Amino acid sequence: MIALIGLVIGVVLGLLFEPTVPLWLQPYLPIAIVAALDAMFGGVRARLEGIFDEKVFVVSFVSNTIIAALIVFLGDQLGVGSQLSTGVVVVLGIRIFSNAAAIRRKLFGA
Amino acid sequence: MSDDDARRDPPEEPPEEQPEEPPGKSAEEPPGIIDLLRPRTTAGQLMGGLLCVLLGFALVTQVRSNQRDTAFSTARQDELVGILSDLSQRSERLRGDLRDLEATKAELERDVQGGTALQEARRRATTYGLLAGTLPAEGPGIDLQIGDPGGAVRSVNLLDALQELRDAGAEVIQVNDVRAGVDTHFLDAAGGIVADGRPLRAPYRFLAIGDPHTMTTALNIPGGVVRSLRSAGATATITSHARLTVSAIRSR
Repeated sequence: MIALIGLVIGVVLGLLFEPTVPLWLQPYLPIAIVAALDAMFGGVRARLEGIFDEKVFVVSFVSNTIIAALIVFLGDQLGVGSQLSTGVVVVLGIRIFSNAAAIRRKLFGA
Repeated sequence: MSDDDARRDPPEEPPEEQPEEPPGKSAEEPPGIIDLLRPRTTAGQLMGGLLCVLLGFALVTQVRSNQRDTAFSTARQDELVGILSDLSQRSERLRGDLRDLEATKAELERDVQGGTALQEARRRATTYGLLAGTLPAEGPGIDLQIGDPGGAVRSVNLLDALQELRDAGAEVIQVNDVRAGVDTHFLDAAGGIVADGRPLRAPYRFLAIGDPHTMTTALNIPGGVVRSLRSAGATATITSHARLTVSAIRSR
């Protein structure tokens, strides 16, 4: 519940302040967001399965976003940034889908 | 994600195909959606909420910034470099035009008698006359001879040749004794081709004034005018001239 409220507050804050993404962050923010979404879905799934742990959630959230951004940064340095970010998005997308499927099974039994 | 490890402990979910029992509704089973939404205030929950604030904020920021500039943000670096160099070339050219016009303006202002104005007007009249085809012209150019022993050349072939010459920068073009203008047309008629209402006889001769090298290259490209004429059974020869006279004029 708090997480949901937090999400809403974040969206509202973003709409209110209309911040611009700093240039150095521009390539990494989308990937970090996708990683964070993945962590969030993972958290919801764990919660539904009754194995949710706040500490694990926080650590996984932070480390996921940082690692995702780091991979893209490394790819940029190696000259394969766009390919690598595509790869990261694909992997995270698959994970999000499998998490969503698990959540769906838990909630609707189908 | 490190909570993978924690998640692996419970037995695997049955695959989707197999019928499964509806999720447990009893108290000790995993929590349902209502239970999920019940607020609990522990430090970890607050931390998670904070992270979600961050996520929502970042999400909106990213979406906004994506909507703001779609034209160039998705372009690759070499495309951007190309656009930039195009722009700087164009601005350089425009600056040159501006200098020329400023010089003309200054000259016109200095010139009280109107001599320069007259000269300018004559120069422009000459230019327009050449373009419109009302003045004879002289200059470097090429002579394209199209021989037609088999009677295979159609009006469209001559039109292709004319357009190719225009594209290659020919300023003045004469076809046999017809001066080509903006509205020149070719028609297939019985016993030959009619250009602007006047019958043409083979061999067709194009006199074009312009850069000879450029025009020769343009006519000779693979699949171009000369090749298609030859494959149709006609002959085409190009000779460059340092000085060529186009004497035919269009009536005003």
